[in-house]
Amino acid sequence: MYAALWRVLPGPLWVRIILAVILVVAVLAMLATWVYPWIDGILNSQEATVGGS
Amino acid sequence: MCPQADEPVEIAAVRPRRVKKGKVTVVGVLGELLITVGALVLLFLGWQLWWNDMLMASSQSSAASEISQDWIDQDTAAPKPVPTVDPVEPSAVPVAVDYGSPVVAAAPSNATAFAVLYVPRFGAEYHRSIAEGTGHDVLNSNRLGIGHYAGTQMPGEIGNFAVAAHRSAFGGAMHLINELQLGDAIYVQTADGYYTYRYRDTEYVAPSQVQVLASVPNNPDNTAVDRIITLTSCNPLYSTAERIIAYGVLESWQPLSAGAPAELAPIIAAQG
Repeated sequence: MYAALWRVLPGPLWVRIILAVILVVAVLAMLATWVYPWIDGILNSQEATVGGS
Repeated sequence: MCPQADEPVEIAAVRPRRVKKGKVTVVGVLGELLITVGALVLLFLGWQLWWNDMLMASSQSSAASEISQDWIDQDTAAPKPVPTVDPVEPSAVPVAVDYGSPVVAAAPSNATAFAVLYVPRFGAEYHRSIAEGTGHDVLNSNRLGIGHYAGTQMPGEIGNFAVAAHRSAFGGAMHLINELQLGDAIYVQTADGYYTYRYRDTEYVAPSQVQVLASVPNNPDNTAVDRIITLTSCNPLYSTAERIIAYGVLESWQPLSAGAPAELAPIIAAQG
């Protein structure tokens, strides 16, 4: 999968590395901005009250 | 078992057909996906407990200093009437001024901030808003962070001013609750004044033990005489198996116009 992705990237090696880094950063930014807050809201994993809330 | 050297083995026939370099296979993709999911779960923990925790702590902190400063500014512009103080005969030696019984405000509506908590033991930079209610709209808010158990007493009131906050993640307002030491100051600032509580003791209870919120903690049938503050959070760190409960007792009260208590004044001044 990742090997196929790598082959899809155009250009010489350094261009591919830059593109790959941009892709990874974009995915991480998307996760931190939308996906993780959404999961966090679903999990509600950290209760801090007595007697439940 | 090893094939004997003299045993003729048709290696070419036995050896699995080599996957052509770079060919996409179902197993290969599945494996990569599983590794990716594992990495994303670890990343989520890092995000929740460190990155987002840090962001929320900083936004909760600046929201708290904002409302704290607003109260001080409002009071400077139009000082609230200071409750009648028993006439003290002029004395050559400065004595601690007694401002009488603490002013007790009415509980506001849910998720409304009405106080700011300062605990020097948690760091000179530490300040968090206390809002009404202990729902997710308060504890998981990036503006609030500490929730007042609805139905428990208000700051300065006889009984139990009980609040809850996260130990880790969501800004972790009670991250260092286990570090409190006997006599540590717990300051609560409201629009009326400064309430100085002194930390007394900690206990660890089951999450179901609501008696810690009673106006006499753990003695719901007794009539309150003390003014208690109760901080509740999760225990152990990163777990929700138990609750850590820290108690303090009110030491003194002073109106905003009197200025902050000596230890708190530089902290208030620094929050700008």
